[in-house]
Amino acid sequence: MERIPILKMGPYLLVTIQVDMHDRIAMTLQDELTERIVSDRAKGVLLDISSVDVVDSFIGRMIGNIASMSKILDAETVVVGMRPAVAITLVELGLALPSIRTALNVDAGMTLLKSARKMMGNGRPAR
Amino acid sequence: MGHNTQMAEEIRSRQDTILKDWIAYQLSALTLRRDLVKESELRESSRQFLELFSEAFASTADSSSPAWKPVKDNLAEISKARAIQGFTPTETATFIFSLKQPLFELAQQRAGHDGKRLAESFWDLSTLLDKLGLYTTEFYQESRESVILRQQQELMELSTPVVQLWDEVLALPLIGTLDSARTQVVMESLLQRVVETGARIAIIDITGVPTVDTLVAQHLMKTVAATRLMGADCIISGIRPQIAQTIVHLGVDLNDIITKATLADAFQIALHRLGLTVSKAAPTS
Repeated sequence: MERIPILKMGPYLLVTIQVDMHDRIAMTLQDELTERIVSDRAKGVLLDISSVDVVDSFIGRMIGNIASMSKILDAETVVVGMRPAVAITLVELGLALPSIRTALNVDAGMTLLKSARKMMGNGRPAR
Repeated sequence: MGHNTQMAEEIRSRQDTILKDWIAYQLSALTLRRDLVKESELRESSRQFLELFSEAFASTADSSSPAWKPVKDNLAEISKARAIQGFTPTETATFIFSLKQPLFELAQQRAGHDGKRLAESFWDLSTLLDKLGLYTTEFYQESRESVILRQQQELMELSTPVVQLWDEVLALPLIGTLDSARTQVVMESLLQRVVETGARIAIIDITGVPTVDTLVAQHLMKTVAATRLMGADCIISGIRPQIAQTIVHLGVDLNDIITKATLADAFQIALHRLGLTVSKAAPTS
């Protein structure tokens, strides 16, 4: 079965979706990602969807869910590289995903994660 | 039919006289636009039309038959040209209706004192020319509509420019009313430019939007949400006092969106976000 690779980059996880996101893959990704966040003690997740050109309401919600779950596990999620057509579709579907962070590309997403961590700063217990 | 052919013969043989009379009538008509069409042009198009007309008339007086196609094509061309030149429908139709007089005169001469025959040929000619006149008007209308349609499209493209104010700062000055179709175009061009330029902040300036109702506000919020999903921030600027009042009266919630009164304020915020400052240059002396 197709799987979406989860790569570790320092304290962050990088998930690049390069296959057609159908529902089963999305569910698997959700499972694996939450496992990895816990096992790798990840501080952030970069979800790169620059190759995704078709989304439906399920996938849209999935992205939102992944972001919320990571947040509970203390890892900030940044969705990066969303295409214009996908953004318009999600908004038209009523899924503006107000709680998730977004960035234009992986680079900008990484900067965002770093600055977010710095701002949280000393408030969090050191591991 | 025989009488029709005779009439056609006569028209053809006296084409020059008819043409002269016809042009004279056209020139004397109050509706003639000497500023838009030259006399020589008018003469040429009249001559061409009369030739086609007499040819078609020789075969049948029924304008719906295929024999009349060249005449109709010619008429279509004339009305199209006139529509674009800015003639009114009356001025365009006068072209064909002023042909009535010379033809009626011809019919009268032929009929002499035979009243029944005169009435018959009058009726035939009148019906025929009326049909052609209607055809002209119809085609004129069509040409006008296509002009309007083209202008609408041009307007749509014209009115959605996305300009780059600074590295990573885009501005979208909106002019005119926002409807669903325009919002779609605006949204698409803005998002496309965000991708192309890697902009982090987009400023939507609504100084030129005359009214903001709930629908327009919703469209604006959609655009802002889509831009945010792409990873860029959106600022709405150029909100006039009346519009601020309307927005509140309508109960539209713009709390999640950064709004500024002027484009300058929005630009300042954008620079601040990017960690940039504008300062006065040291005096050179």
